[in-house]
Amino acid sequence: MTSHFLPEPSPDASLPDEKGRFGEFGGRFVPETLIAALDQLETEYYQSRKDPAFQAELDVLLRDFVGRPSPLYFAKRLTEHCGGAQIWFKREDLNHTGAHKINSTLGQALLTIRMGKKRVIAETGAGQHGVATATACAHFGIPCVIYMGEEDIRRQQPNVQSMKMLGAEICPVTTGSRTLRDAVNQAMRDWMSSVADTHYILGSVVGPHPFPLIVRDYQAVIGRETIRQSQERFGRLPDAVVACVGGGSNAAGMFYPFVAETDVPLVGVEAGGESDQPGRHASSLTFGKPGVLHGSFSYVLQDEDGQTDDVHSASAGLDYPGVGPEHSHWKSTGRVEYRSCRDDEALAAFDLVARNEGILSALETSHAIAKGMEVAKERGKDEVVVICLSGRGDKDAGEIQRLKNEAAARRS
Amino acid sequence: MSAIDELFQRLKSEGKKAFMPFVTAGDPSLDFTAAILKRLDAEGCHLAELGIPYSDPIADGPVIQASYTRSLQGGTKLSSIFSMASEVTAEISMPVVTMVSYAIIYRMGIDEYLQQAIASGISGAIVPDMPVDESDELAAKCKALDFSLIQLITPTTPRDRAVQIANQTTGFIYYVSITGITGERTELPADLADNLRWLRSVTDLPICVGFGISKLEHVEVLKPVADGLIVGSAIVRRIAEATNDQAKDQLVMDDVGGFAQGMLMAING
Repeated sequence: MTSHFLPEPSPDASLPDEKGRFGEFGGRFVPETLIAALDQLETEYYQSRKDPAFQAELDVLLRDFVGRPSPLYFAKRLTEHCGGAQIWFKREDLNHTGAHKINSTLGQALLTIRMGKKRVIAETGAGQHGVATATACAHFGIPCVIYMGEEDIRRQQPNVQSMKMLGAEICPVTTGSRTLRDAVNQAMRDWMSSVADTHYILGSVVGPHPFPLIVRDYQAVIGRETIRQSQERFGRLPDAVVACVGGGSNAAGMFYPFVAETDVPLVGVEAGGESDQPGRHASSLTFGKPGVLHGSFSYVLQDEDGQTDDVHSASAGLDYPGVGPEHSHWKSTGRVEYRSCRDDEALAAFDLVARNEGILSALETSHAIAKGMEVAKERGKDEVVVICLSGRGDKDAGEIQRLKNEAAARRS
Repeated sequence: MSAIDELFQRLKSEGKKAFMPFVTAGDPSLDFTAAILKRLDAEGCHLAELGIPYSDPIADGPVIQASYTRSLQGGTKLSSIFSMASEVTAEISMPVVTMVSYAIIYRMGIDEYLQQAIASGISGAIVPDMPVDESDELAAKCKALDFSLIQLITPTTPRDRAVQIANQTTGFIYYVSITGITGERTELPADLADNLRWLRSVTDLPICVGFGISKLEHVEVLKPVADGLIVGSAIVRRIAEATNDQAKDQLVMDDVGGFAQGMLMAING
């Protein structure tokens, strides 16, 4: 089947609306103190989109500093192993800093300069966004502070070391579950005081408008390249596209250019953790309800009083009780199918890809691979499934070994 | 006319200003919260802000954050907060408003939240994570029920927007003294009094100032330009010493009572 490279825009492709809503989801549920900065960010962002010099500077950086376009790679042995559709990887792991996060941090660092702000803050879970932010800030000479939960500092040590070497200041977050959600809280609190001269480089398509819009747009280079590369390789679009979803930035960037291509099924993969029990997974779209967290209205894991649930995932980057509002919209319209992948399935996929393809995929990404293989098995051999290989897994080697030792100890 | 409107009319006719303490519901227990609210009322405080503990407060500094965590770890539920409030508001004369995240109101449902709050004798709500742009539905429902929706204006609010917020507000305007999160500050911004004088010139609503206020010197600066002062962290910090031990908690109660007396003297003495 053939799709058009330049489709008619679908109603969904023009979102968010002027109130920052994707359908009913999104908006701005933050203290009044931050509103002026969000207004400024929105104005400058829309102006920068129409500024050829800004876009040219970003394009050169993405080509020469990041190494874009990232390859579309045929995972031949994994395909043979699964026995279904061809599995292709969109290799965001080959970007400078090893993940998709750099696509957004460079754009946001340019916005920081454009707004005349002198300092950057960011949150990080897996540390990939922290490293990408520290890298962009080192590139431009902007001081930066990274908030990271103590638990994540423990399980993502290699990234912590990288951030320090890049000159970032790491602020350990010791409140709550000491993971990504608490790091976002602490970064927002910093921003409450520092908003006049500081830009908050949010790492995912979450938070108040315009962050879900800005991060999605900067990440949409993933989906645009995939469409172009698919046309070149296959003369058509893929038969399915799969990406992992924590906050959902690599998935939003991959899916957004495909949203109007309604004949391409899109599959988002959430962290299923250890079980379906509350507190033991991080599948906001599968098990959550619409509610408010971190400045936007979206699916969230909460108790009946509106208190955020504890969540669990072996992967620090997916260990988050909320999700970007555009994903909530895509779930409600049915444009994207969301599946949930358990820790052990992701760890098995990690091993399989390491040994069959010679690629260490990030634990986050391994969730997408596990379910991507499932999707491939559901389809015929002449079909093409593209999985967003959002990041590399070197950072996870130590934690994976620890989890394996734990599992072995439980078995014996 | 709401209880809050009546309060400020009375204070105005007496030439007085409001002192408004903040306490976290359920820190360290709802019994203690009930007792401290009664004590603050007995000291002559004019209005109480009852903080509904929330797992992810963005506008709060370490002192109030920690109080929310203590309360939630103690098992405080919304239903038990409303039961406590029903009992206390029947016995005290100062109005009580809730400081509550929109995450909590949305989960319960706006109509249900307002119905339960009103049934518990609560007079209004401050929703720190719901800016005016998102408040149309809640504001309309509050207005229909004569339930005050107190909105916040901050130093980063542009002036045309401040007027818009004032027009959507009922009860009083909560002016945030500083650009930042809650917590005691040594100094307040130099332009605070000027900003308040400007705000006074564009609205007839009472203007109350909060965030960072804890010292008698702050009272001197703000007395001429504000209708009320809100103090949170300085009180919650004292309550943090309470342990649900009767003798010790009496000392905490006296400490907080003494602090409130001092502030009341400075404001209206």
